[in-house]
Amino acid sequence: MGPRLERRTTPSKRMSWGSPLLAVGLTLASCIVLFLLLGLNPVTALYVFFVQPISNVYGATELLVKATPLVLCALGLAIGFRANVWNIGAEGQLLFGAIFGGGAALAFYEQDFVGLLPLVALAGALGGALWAAIPAWLKTHFGANEILVSLMLTYVAGLALSYLVHGPWKDPEGFNFPESRLFHDAALLPILIEDTRLHAGAAVALVAVVACWLLLARFMVGFQIKVIGLAPGAARYAGYSESGVIWFCLLLSGGLAGLAGAFEAVGPVGQLVPNISPGYGFTAIIVAFLGRLHPAGILLAGCLMALTYLGAETAQIELNMPSAVTGVFQGMLLFYLLAADVLISYRIVWRTATGETS
Amino acid sequence: MSADALTPILLTIITAATPLVFAALGELVVEKAGVLNLGIEGLMLIGAIAGFATTSATGSLLLGFIAAVFAGMLLSMLFGVIVLQLRANQVATGLALTLFGTGVAALVGQGFVGFPIDALAPFAIPVLSKLPLVGAILFNHDPVVYLSIVMTFAVWWFLYKTRAGLVVRAIGESHDSAHALGYNVIAIRYAAIAFGGGMGGLAGAYLSLAYSPMWAENMTAGRGWIALALVVFATWKPQRVLAGAYLFGGVTILQLWAQAQAVNVASQLLSMLPYLATIAVLVVISRDKTAMLMHTPAALGKTFQPAR
Repeated sequence: MGPRLERRTTPSKRMSWGSPLLAVGLTLASCIVLFLLLGLNPVTALYVFFVQPISNVYGATELLVKATPLVLCALGLAIGFRANVWNIGAEGQLLFGAIFGGGAALAFYEQDFVGLLPLVALAGALGGALWAAIPAWLKTHFGANEILVSLMLTYVAGLALSYLVHGPWKDPEGFNFPESRLFHDAALLPILIEDTRLHAGAAVALVAVVACWLLLARFMVGFQIKVIGLAPGAARYAGYSESGVIWFCLLLSGGLAGLAGAFEAVGPVGQLVPNISPGYGFTAIIVAFLGRLHPAGILLAGCLMALTYLGAETAQIELNMPSAVTGVFQGMLLFYLLAADVLISYRIVWRTATGETS
Repeated sequence: MSADALTPILLTIITAATPLVFAALGELVVEKAGVLNLGIEGLMLIGAIAGFATTSATGSLLLGFIAAVFAGMLLSMLFGVIVLQLRANQVATGLALTLFGTGVAALVGQGFVGFPIDALAPFAIPVLSKLPLVGAILFNHDPVVYLSIVMTFAVWWFLYKTRAGLVVRAIGESHDSAHALGYNVIAIRYAAIAFGGGMGGLAGAYLSLAYSPMWAENMTAGRGWIALALVVFATWKPQRVLAGAYLFGGVTILQLWAQAQAVNVASQLLSMLPYLATIAVLVVISRDKTAMLMHTPAALGKTFQPAR
């Protein structure tokens, strides 16, 4: 009679890591179909998309440059998702981090002192955390849905950045382009490998991965986050503060996203522009799920998703493939992943017509 | 300001509100059935491009709208299979729907940027449109605006005056009880999701075929999310969706009008108004926690696992 789902007695550990691999495999298979539909040779297209971009040192470092904001945003989001705090406005928090970090860099223009870069980073984290504090406050005080509030604030943040670079922060010598002036050298992140764009922010992202792993595995607040997500009743009984965890998750994820935004501004971009992020904050949602909401997984998933950005750039140049393909890949991957996740809690049983399982 | 100057403003408020009415009504039915679909933004974009592409290929606006409804339904079925059959988290799947829909629409729409089409024209209702004052404002719209009002009443009538509507609401309150009574929870939820998808597609097509007759990437600009907030604002009541949509239409047009009057405030700051208004409204309505608990469908967002 066809397949039927049967609940496993315990969730399968093997499938929880097997499902992302399955999803990636299915996405690649769908890519081949999509390439054929676009009239491209699938072998060449796959090579150009996934191999060519990282076939040299510069490409490999570019991968890390793109993975840095994705990993930073996804780390915070994942911790929130574990506690059922659905911050989906990381994009807005990233933009606000860029505004604050970039603002600090502009405020101390042509000044050079030891604390300048830490100040810029701190300002960025503060900006992101402030932007995330709004949904936290509205959620804990008024019960307003954090999904909708954080998302609406993303549009507001985009408009705020656009206003600043069109108005007060516009480069006076910039031929009227909507851009801030280029940051002074002292305010730019140091480059790790010469002749590449790999900046110190990538190292900070690695530290954040370890810190978040420690937080979840070794600290009381990490334990509370996991309990609130898995067994809200037990968490209430144990007296864990739900609003405390909401505040913690939103401030942490906002701060990390803000840091990512500041790093983008004083890293690869070097100034404030209206479209400073190609949607890193939204892609980070996929990174978080693909990485199983686990810091180590997020690191790998971040690199994979960074490759879709790079691949799209190469494919646009080499094959004239529309850049919108990235969005299709990313959405498809999340769909496949969520679908494949059913195998963690269920197994597929084939039932014969007589009702017996075989 | 004289009544003559006010008329075009009121007219545009109604057109700006119409896509929100469709999208929010569709989502309202989905949520009444206990399913949270966060993918409206993606559904609207797919509807917008499907409608636009069909109309520019065939020259028929009617075919464009029909294609948009079907495209929305088709995409929402993808969401349906994953949340109903494969029992995935509805929040995450809805987000995936938005990301996927945005991507596909952008890919398909590449060839249609800057393509001209003829917008849907207003249709003056005979006699009524000649009434003084109200005639020009209420009875001189395109047919889809009238449809949005008809749909509001139809959804209200269906949910509260028919047996089928009662079953939908029962499933949204307690899918286990409804299942025990012998109703097919999964099948009915599929139907609700398909309706929501079709309405989302229609909402998108109204944007690309009537409101601003063109295609641009991300042209919905968050309207799908505002529609989600509208459902909460309306406390899941169809008639209030209509009122809420006109309120938001009013805010949108107010800021556009202020920009046109060269008010001494940057246009970006004025453009923030609809989003800030959405947040304000959410806060005001969510403040009363007991009322929210009463109005929210009890099974909303919960995964249904039939007991054997």
